[in-house]
Amino acid sequence: MAPKPGSFSTSIPYEEKKLKIVGTEPADRPDAVDKVTGRARYAADYNLPGQLIGKVLRSPHAHARVLSIDTAAAEAVPGVKAVVTRDDFPDMAVEHAASGELMINFKDVTRNMMAREKVFYDGHPVAAVAAVSESAAKKALKLIKVEYEVLPHVIDVEAAMQSDAPILHEDQFTKGVDPTPEKPSNIATRIESKLGDIEAGFDQADLVIEREFRTKPVHQGYIEPQASIANYTDGGQVEVWTSTQGHFVFRAQIAKLLQLDMSKITVTAAELGGGFGGKNNVYLEPLAVVLSRKSRRPVKMVMTRDEVFRATGPTSGTHTKVKIGVTKDGRITAGQAELNYQSGAFAGSSVPMAAITVFTRYDIENVLVVGHDVTCNRPKVAAYRAPGAPMIAFGVESVLDELAEGVGMDPVSFRLKNAAREGTQTHYGPKLGPIGFVETLESAQAHPHMQEKLGPNQGRGVATGFWFTLGKETSATLNVGEDGTVNVIMGTVDVTGGGRSALAMVVAEELGIPTEKVRVKSGDTTALGFNFMTAGSRGTAAGSMATVKASRDAIQKACEVAARIWEVETEEVVWEDGHARPASTNVGDFEPLSLADLARRAGALGGTIAGHAELDVAMGGPGFGTHIVDVEVDRQTGAVKVLRYTLVQDAGKAVYPKFIEGQFQGGAVQGIGMALNEEYIYSEKGTLENPGFLDYRVPVASDVPFINTEIVEVPNPMHPYGIRGIGEVPIIPPIAALSNAIYHATGVRLRDHPLSPPKVLAALDEAAPAIAAE
Amino acid sequence: MDNLRYEAADTLAHAAQLIAAESGDVRVLAGGTDVLVQMHSDMIEPDLIVDIKNIPEVRTIQQEDGGWRFGAAVPGLELMDHADFCAAWPGVMDGVKLIGSVQIRGRASVGGNLCNASPAADSVPPMIAASAMATVFGPNGSREVPVQDIAVGPGKTSLEKGEIVVSFSLPPRPAHSGDAYLRFTPRTEMDIAVVGVAVNLTLDDAGICTAARVVLGAVAARALLVQEAADALIGTSVDDAAIENMIQEVRAACRPIDDKRGTIEFRTKVAGVLAERATKIALERARGA
Ligand SMILES: Cc1cc2nc3c(=O)[nH]c(=O)nc-3n(C[C@H](O)[C@H](O)[C@H](O)COP(=O)(O)OP(=O)(O)OC[C@H]3O[C@@H](n4cnc5c(N)ncnc54)[C@H](O)[C@@H]3O)c2cc1C
Repeated sequence: MAPKPGSFSTSIPYEEKKLKIVGTEPADRPDAVDKVTGRARYAADYNLPGQLIGKVLRSPHAHARVLSIDTAAAEAVPGVKAVVTRDDFPDMAVEHAASGELMINFKDVTRNMMAREKVFYDGHPVAAVAAVSESAAKKALKLIKVEYEVLPHVIDVEAAMQSDAPILHEDQFTKGVDPTPEKPSNIATRIESKLGDIEAGFDQADLVIEREFRTKPVHQGYIEPQASIANYTDGGQVEVWTSTQGHFVFRAQIAKLLQLDMSKITVTAAELGGGFGGKNNVYLEPLAVVLSRKSRRPVKMVMTRDEVFRATGPTSGTHTKVKIGVTKDGRITAGQAELNYQSGAFAGSSVPMAAITVFTRYDIENVLVVGHDVTCNRPKVAAYRAPGAPMIAFGVESVLDELAEGVGMDPVSFRLKNAAREGTQTHYGPKLGPIGFVETLESAQAHPHMQEKLGPNQGRGVATGFWFTLGKETSATLNVGEDGTVNVIMGTVDVTGGGRSALAMVVAEELGIPTEKVRVKSGDTTALGFNFMTAGSRGTAAGSMATVKASRDAIQKACEVAARIWEVETEEVVWEDGHARPASTNVGDFEPLSLADLARRAGALGGTIAGHAELDVAMGGPGFGTHIVDVEVDRQTGAVKVLRYTLVQDAGKAVYPKFIEGQFQGGAVQGIGMALNEEYIYSEKGTLENPGFLDYRVPVASDVPFINTEIVEVPNPMHPYGIRGIGEVPIIPPIAALSNAIYHATGVRLRDHPLSPPKVLAALDEAAPAIAAE
Repeated sequence: MDNLRYEAADTLAHAAQLIAAESGDVRVLAGGTDVLVQMHSDMIEPDLIVDIKNIPEVRTIQQEDGGWRFGAAVPGLELMDHADFCAAWPGVMDGVKLIGSVQIRGRASVGGNLCNASPAADSVPPMIAASAMATVFGPNGSREVPVQDIAVGPGKTSLEKGEIVVSFSLPPRPAHSGDAYLRFTPRTEMDIAVVGVAVNLTLDDAGICTAARVVLGAVAARALLVQEAADALIGTSVDDAAIENMIQEVRAACRPIDDKRGTIEFRTKVAGVLAERATKIALERARGA
């Protein structure tokens, strides 16, 4: 699973040069005003004449065999135009594909969007209806008769791993174990990552600490629920407008699941109201397309918040064990971890990605990491910002904190002593290139935050994070208008809102024109070559590689036009400061021509100036970050107040520093929410008890302090501007940093997430006699 | 909801008549911050909505017989803007100020908070602690009902079909009186009380407590007026020993459920903690009054 660049992938090496636009903060952000005034069009804002409303009937059971489905009464409801069930979708064989940072299997994807033999979780779709009104559709749902044979269920990962646990998939035999077991198991896969000699490593240690940790699943919590509108025309054209992080990937999945030619499907990515990895998977799209085909009308489907929580992927709940050894002088000699990750109803959690991040921030010679991907009766997990990493960072960074204390070092110096640098051998394969981890630790150590005095019941915690930058297929087209202004069509989805600005700035830098002369828009799936989804922090990093390439292609064309005007060879023209100029005085004495001059005349001199790129961007340039947090604990109620928060991260090159800060802050806030109060709560019957924002508690503004940020810039050698992905690292350290801070405030270590008031209070009460005795 | 009708009543009699004439499910609409949310989440499917906000009696705040009267549909923000009322009943206002966010308080009313009958409603414990009376109008005329008798269980009230809460009256305050309300929520706002405690005290000139009411929210099927807890304070100078006894009584009175919002153990424990903290705030206010 380790990201490896392919032999034909593209990287444009870093070039140190003076930049005019990249690194500044131009006022223009093309999406902002329309978002604020309500004019931006999200998927739910699209409407077509004659459209129907589609609704999904969902399983009330955690685990049951679907014996029969009778839709006759529902079909008879006035206004109902189509009802679909498993019988309307072709079955799929086992076939794996990448979808964001996780892998999918089409056999499971089709079963997840519409149950076949069994339902595997509360909220699993069993039928869908399209009707002229929402009320008719809801009435019809109530009249669908589903006969279930309820089966025993299993919700938690440790229970699911027991040999006598209820089994979800009779045909699932643990992979990665030799010989393959003969008995089916909820453990879909066992993985292992090794370096050196783990036993020898622990033998060298003076202090070894081993701990166990548990985390609950958490949801991405995007504000915009999934929404799609599909139109299957009588002529066999399929149009879909949807809420997605990757419309090209969705097109491929729709084509596969419904056995259609890709060329007949056009998917448009609407303005995105948040994704964080949760919009990497099709849920409604295939249902809407089939309902549209059956009803011969456009069909619009919008999930309720309840449906979002019950049926779209959260991230894994986990059970982990971490064992680390150090010498007296603070050198880590060995690191061992076991990662047991819930994948939900179908195999395919983030455990492979998580497993390679476990110790990658540190230079450790002896490592053993074992991971298990475990199915259980919950919705299939989806990616969530650095999928899988925050949970294992919780374990590793907590144990490191204990060890630092054990050897009498402060937490930052201890990490600095063991920090990964250029050339450090990772436990998953490659050696690290130039990275900025040490720089983040040094800035954190020097930050004024470290000097702030702490009062009673207050404590300070530190933790770090590491994540990759994904490359992959990326395309872009750039068209220079007759007035010299530029349209860029990008194929990645702007998941942050700042992505379009960042790409516009890079194009403006390349072309030598002001940013406001460049407009970047996302193209539909017919406009460009394939684009992988916006995942793995690749939006700006990989997207800008394609736009640089497209810009340089357009510059080449612009130089050709100049050469024709001057009647010289193209090689005799250079592009500087937004103008074509003669390469030397020998070429002739010509006035420089601006892009606007050239664009105006290009039509009659060979045609429009345009550029394009279809790349497989080489992956690389990982990001590292260090977080510091101060908390105050109310010992009587267990409430944790976050007093101060500072985050330092390597961005490679900050294209638009304020947007980077926004990403840092957003990631930290999501991490704080994840740490303190967010969790899925299940009933005894296996139904979700808190499918709404009232009881699934993401933080509100008053729950978090201002998040101080500091950007470190160690250029990514594989990118022309040195850009690294920055979106995911900031969510990794918060659980660990907060847990460490709570310890330093109270003397109590929490290893059971969330760090919510009841858990904190119970831990304080349990520890009270021991602490009093000291 | 295909045949949902909306009517805005101008007078109490008009509202009563609209409700009486409808055979299906009727909902009175004040701020709508519960009604609309429940409709959107399919918890209720009313046939008729009767908006009472145009009825003058439910929208006014006035002094009356040395005490106060305010309309059941007065939004929280209007109460917060009323300096004299706020000065007289800071504990009631502690509850009102905690409801939702600024946007919610622009609509949410104390009448709606009470009649929605959530055991966790934030304005209800301090209203009970204040000995507030509700004026109820219905097909059989008007009646006066103590606020603690309106909600009887989650989502259930003692109101008859067609009855509307018109307004609330709060008694005149003796010198050296103070009230306070505190709740515990995991989030700082936009959350639902896991426990709420209201305390209303009166001291004599020597600082001895002559009257007290202690009310708990979210630890039983409805807000609990705990006489034993009040008795632990009455006749004392509200010293640490008296507060400790009160805490014991509060914890003994809790009958919470274990649910997604909190365990029995946590709720019971925190009820005692908040009772102590609320008592101290009420005491300080009483000493200053
Ligand atoms: C985002 C959000 C946050 C919230 N936070 C809180 C909180 O922190 N604390 C809290 O306690 N509540 C909270 N609530 C719930 C709600 O805002 C309060 O209960 C509010 O006081 C209800 O008042 P309303 O005027 O909006 O009532 P409505 O929704 O209009 O009515 C509520 C119920 O009472 C009935 N009713 C209303 N007025 C009368 C009357 N005069 N006579 C008879 N019946 C009547 C209605 O028919 C309905 O059943 C929150 C709600 C939301 C949406």
